[in-house]
Amino acid sequence: MNFDDTPAEAAFRAEVRAFLAANATLKSASVQGTRGRGIGAEEIKRAKDWQARKYAAGFAGLTWPKEWGGREAPQLFQVIYNQEEEAYAVPRGVFEIGLGMCIPTMMAYAKPEQLQRYVTPALKGEEVWCQLFSEPSAGSDVAGLRTRAERDGDDWIINGQKVWTSGAHFSDFGIIVTRSDPTVAKHDGLTFFFLDMKSPGVEPRPIKQISGASHFNEVFFTNVRVPDAQRLGPVGAGWKVSLTTLMNERLAVGDVPRPDVTDLLNLARSLDLDDGPAINNAVVRERIADWHVKTQGLKYTRFRTMTALSKGATPGPESSIGKLVNASKLQDIASFGMDLLGSAGIVMNPDLAPYQALFQDALLSSPSLRIAGGTDEILRNIIAERVLGLPSDIRVDKTQPFNQLPTGSR
Amino acid sequence: MNFDFSDELKQLRDQARRFLGERSAPKQVRRVLEGHTPYDRALWEGVAEMGWLGTAIPEEYGGAGMGHLGLCILAEEMGRAVAAIPFGSTTYLAAEALILAGSPAQKAHWLPKIAAGETVGCLAWAEGTGNPTAAKVQTRFHGGRLSGRKWPVADGGVADIAIVVARNDAGQIVLALADLRATGVHPETLQTLDPTRDQAKLTFDDAPAELLTAGGDGWLVLEQLLDRAAILFAFEQIGGAAVCLDMAVQYARDRHAFGRPIGSFQAIKHKLADVYVANELARSNAYFGAWALDTGAAELRLAAASARVSATDAYHLASKENIQTHGGIGFTWEADCHLYYRRAKSLALSVGAIPFWRDRVVNELVARNAA
Repeated sequence: MNFDDTPAEAAFRAEVRAFLAANATLKSASVQGTRGRGIGAEEIKRAKDWQARKYAAGFAGLTWPKEWGGREAPQLFQVIYNQEEEAYAVPRGVFEIGLGMCIPTMMAYAKPEQLQRYVTPALKGEEVWCQLFSEPSAGSDVAGLRTRAERDGDDWIINGQKVWTSGAHFSDFGIIVTRSDPTVAKHDGLTFFFLDMKSPGVEPRPIKQISGASHFNEVFFTNVRVPDAQRLGPVGAGWKVSLTTLMNERLAVGDVPRPDVTDLLNLARSLDLDDGPAINNAVVRERIADWHVKTQGLKYTRFRTMTALSKGATPGPESSIGKLVNASKLQDIASFGMDLLGSAGIVMNPDLAPYQALFQDALLSSPSLRIAGGTDEILRNIIAERVLGLPSDIRVDKTQPFNQLPTGSR
Repeated sequence: MNFDFSDELKQLRDQARRFLGERSAPKQVRRVLEGHTPYDRALWEGVAEMGWLGTAIPEEYGGAGMGHLGLCILAEEMGRAVAAIPFGSTTYLAAEALILAGSPAQKAHWLPKIAAGETVGCLAWAEGTGNPTAAKVQTRFHGGRLSGRKWPVADGGVADIAIVVARNDAGQIVLALADLRATGVHPETLQTLDPTRDQAKLTFDDAPAELLTAGGDGWLVLEQLLDRAAILFAFEQIGGAAVCLDMAVQYARDRHAFGRPIGSFQAIKHKLADVYVANELARSNAYFGAWALDTGAAELRLAAASARVSATDAYHLASKENIQTHGGIGFTWEADCHLYYRRAKSLALSVGAIPFWRDRVVNELVARNAA
């Protein structure tokens, strides 16, 4: 039992460290709030520059085939890269979905000449991709989607609405799953495409979240024409293609959202409660201990996963526990930190609220973490069914034609 | 990175699981539960023959010299099997105390006997309610004699020797080794909710004992001992918690209600997913504890406290939700759920209850962040 890299891993880590030290700046000691206003032109430019530098240095698409500019490295190398990059303030949030989900789906289903056209520009950071799955009536039950695709000669005409699409307004291309046949069972009537986001009839609109930020969009499709050549997988096989996308969800990395237990510890050390320093309060101590233990438990669970990866295992549904634990912990730490401030906990003025209102910001942003990318409830289902082997729910929507399924008013 | 046990130790795990599966099945545990015998002597002898009592005892003292990682592996299996033997008291506490603080002569005399299964040991720190604190120690050590009352003492009624926390004439805390068969020692078995483990009150009335620690460092040694034992008990706890989850999952697959397996209901699924998460976090914290124990890392105290808190919470959750998943049958004497529910609580209280260990986590965090 040891935490040492193998010689190959150590050499790679040294290479990553040298690259990062020469090309990126360490996260400053000051705390960055989560109250951003989304990603603007400046952030996109910086993200594209950074991706280009990663590509030039050979750190983009680490696990991808060499013919597409990758390195064919083991999964663990990606984890090592992520571990090292975490200490640096590099642009995030522009390329993760495209490179993590869209392009891998293209690699599985697109034609060779399409791959020639699209893969390398994405990896170089020249083109941004988004993923168009969720809809107003299809969240956790994404196969319940209603955006229609109707055949028209060599094209398909798409009409409908997608939602929760990160980066739709700055994306060049997108992958989309549509309903091509509502008269067959729900999972059998879907067809998958990729499309140019600048096509006539595509209209992204930002969604304002409870935090005031806009990290997501809704996207309206009005008679959008997509060539049949941009279909991925057979007509009616869209669900199977979608599963490929979802299987490529980025391997959970060591991202511990702030405020973490250390922030709470520091807050408690700096505050006096009515009965003395907050850090001496039994309730405060109990909560800090429990959150520390969860944080460490996740850290060493990742180390166990890395060990399995280094022995050739593939990442499994076990990695669901990271987000499940972290999201609730963040929400609870944020709330508890505010409680420690008494009535003043409600104040968000950056000069009055500790750490520039880090705790207050997190209280407003943390609900999205429990929902986006698989709700807490879906993650528990995944653990129960795919890890523990419990039977799946009895479904009423598997065999009936989609257009005969009951619908609610929401 | 190799954050896992070696193949050799995994073989030990498989061997122990098979052995204990046969020799410490619920029907054997129940013989102790039902009061036929204070502990399972046949199992004890079998475990001794396997050489497992000397797992972490150096070879020069008759042990296997496999180190603490081997003991972690066995602890998990003992926990899975709810083994009704004084394994922890003897190997994590008495033997470890001798290894940490015993003189060469004491080690040479006692460790081979422990490794061979001839001597059962225990640790007597408590004097009534409360967690380990030096201030509460009233038992006196004076002129090679002990006087005082220790309770509860895990396995105190079946042990041959005890490591006793006492106060010397200068008021300092010392650890003394007492032969429990000597005159002046009066053991009294206590009733507890987990009769598969002995608990006793030991009255020392001018009973002979010899010092393990000479000066004022007795409390420091005890704290080290508790840290190390906390990691080993954490492995027992995650072993028991894993069995609870397996039992609950199996039952949820088999049991049908409302025309379907109860495991297809999300109320059951989500509950068991939460048990899985708690078990995984506890296992990971225990593994880090094992690494710290094996390497003597500076993080040992924090790792021990974290492992202990995590494993205690996980076993509590798993053992109660196992009963809940079983429904009515789960709280009957015949169903095996209660063996784990009892053991979960007796292990939770074995070396200081969870508030004590949470406090230690925060003490360590504050000390580290102050630096």
